[in-house]
Amino acid sequence: MESIDVLMLCPMISYLEQELQRRYNVLKLWTAPEKSQFIKDHSATIRAIVGDGGHGADAEMIEALPRLEILSSNSVGVDKIDLKKCREKGIRVTYTPDVLNDEVADLAIGLILAVLRRLCASDRYVRSGKWKKGDFKLTTKFTGKTVGIIGLGRIGMAIAKRAEAFNCPICYFSRTEKPDTKYKYYPSVLELASNCQILVVACSLTAESRHIVNREVMNALGPKGVLINIGRGPHVDEPELVSALVEGRLGGAGLDVYEHEPEVPEELFSLENVVLLPHVGTATVETRKAMADLVVGNLEAHFSNKPLLTPLV
Amino acid sequence: MATEVEDHRPLVLVHHLASFKLPLQDRLITHFRLFDSLASPEASSVLALICVGPTPVTVDTLDHLPSLRLVVGSSAGLDHVDLVECRRRGIAVTNSGDAYSENVADYAVALLLDVLRRLSAADRFVRSGLWPQQGEYPLGCKLGGKRVGIVGLGSIGYEVAKRLVAFGCTVAYNSRNKKPSALYPYYANVHDLAVNSDVLIVCCALTNETHHIINKDVLTALGREGVIINVGRGALVDEKELVQFLVQGEIGGAGLDVFENEPNVPKELFALDNVVLSPHLAVSTPESFEALNEVIIANLKAFFSNKPLLSPFQQE
Repeated sequence: MESIDVLMLCPMISYLEQELQRRYNVLKLWTAPEKSQFIKDHSATIRAIVGDGGHGADAEMIEALPRLEILSSNSVGVDKIDLKKCREKGIRVTYTPDVLNDEVADLAIGLILAVLRRLCASDRYVRSGKWKKGDFKLTTKFTGKTVGIIGLGRIGMAIAKRAEAFNCPICYFSRTEKPDTKYKYYPSVLELASNCQILVVACSLTAESRHIVNREVMNALGPKGVLINIGRGPHVDEPELVSALVEGRLGGAGLDVYEHEPEVPEELFSLENVVLLPHVGTATVETRKAMADLVVGNLEAHFSNKPLLTPLV
Repeated sequence: MATEVEDHRPLVLVHHLASFKLPLQDRLITHFRLFDSLASPEASSVLALICVGPTPVTVDTLDHLPSLRLVVGSSAGLDHVDLVECRRRGIAVTNSGDAYSENVADYAVALLLDVLRRLSAADRFVRSGLWPQQGEYPLGCKLGGKRVGIVGLGSIGYEVAKRLVAFGCTVAYNSRNKKPSALYPYYANVHDLAVNSDVLIVCCALTNETHHIINKDVLTALGREGVIINVGRGALVDEKELVQFLVQGEIGGAGLDVFENEPNVPKELFALDNVVLSPHLAVSTPESFEALNEVIIANLKAFFSNKPLLSPFQQE
């Protein structure tokens, strides 16, 4: 059986690399001294790409690979993939929905609690020896606060289910109202922000949702409001976020994603009402393995002419 | 000539150590006449006292208060009150009832998420500027599917269970007595609970029986991947043993809001990323103190009008 060339765009967990190497001839793009040359050199044989949330294929890369049949992304976010181009050329695209809903939802709640109850700040307080000198200040209760979710998809619903266990009233904004939920719908993010205390970004990144959380929305959320971003950095106008937090117009923020990862605005480092995570939404051993199994499973299905497990295109 | 309005407010002693203040005390004076010294002449006739924070109520305290019939605690725990002596003298005792339960439960879940998903450690990583240099942060552990063992299924334990079920955890518990209304599996001792759990959450009261209820045997039974969360009292856990286990990597991690000798925290823990440390904050929100105030007022009013107390202390 001929060996199939698969282009891997970036390093991933060793389990995934091993599983791919057992089945295919894996070409590691990040090891190439000159990436575009590397792609040229292998353009006649690359039939599949494996990317992730931060590494996809733009039109240029797709055009450079005439034998490309499938792009299997190790993520649920696909904003880095030129889906239109893939559709045009009949290239299949698969992703990893559902296996990570719980993980990301858990992180959203973790961020809410960490911000409201000042978990990271008080841990720093203890480690610095300050507790011996005096008590930490009061923090804010989570139970019962109104949670507003931008994007009531699978992840948004998982967040809502958890927040309900804390007796939180739930409201949301989505492109279309969902008829079979009991949660309150608001037709704009601005109205949502005006009517909740904790605003969670849980939608996909598209041209329409870029900077969906802007200065106006943050002002509406207000000095007691908290913003949680487990979506994509560009969902939030980052410079506006920094000034809203520094000026106290926004009460707090829990961020897992940023506009220019891994760069994080340094003005945030000294703020106690902010929790900063390095894009770890799906970062557990269990979930990364489940995602990897889907990546490999989709490629296997494709190359044995079986239905794809989780196709997007 | 002005007539004096009679003061019908009942007399209540606010019993507090110098460093502890009763939150929202000024709200009480519309209902009660307050004083705060055992040396005051009113000590001999006062019927009720409010115990502020961990201020001890001992035989000596009670000897100064011959008319006392009620101790109103302002915390969930009452390990600083000589309950045996109160019972002997026919003095009723109340605690904070449900005023703190939700906040403490929220906090227990917060600590667990922090330990498993490494929130505080990852936040430190980002703030130190290491992300651009070191790239990927080490993976954490999934919460969903974890077997959570609750030590003490009182009002706090119950709220913790309710929350964790929504995350896909399975819950079991140990308590002094099996709770007929609880839907979760019961284990008659903490060792057996630990054998069958991935996480132990300590929410029980500190008594002579529960001192060091989390000991070397329980920690061993919990195992190398096990996580322990303590929102009860420091002395529920054998701290020296726990530190050993953590330093040697014989247990997966810990989230601790309480310690045996607060505010002292074992320094060996400061270097560990799988440990989250908190300065006894589980109740500390304005919402808690509002709720506590209502419970204190309700208990005192009930007492002074011969009605049943709102939150009499019950051994779980």
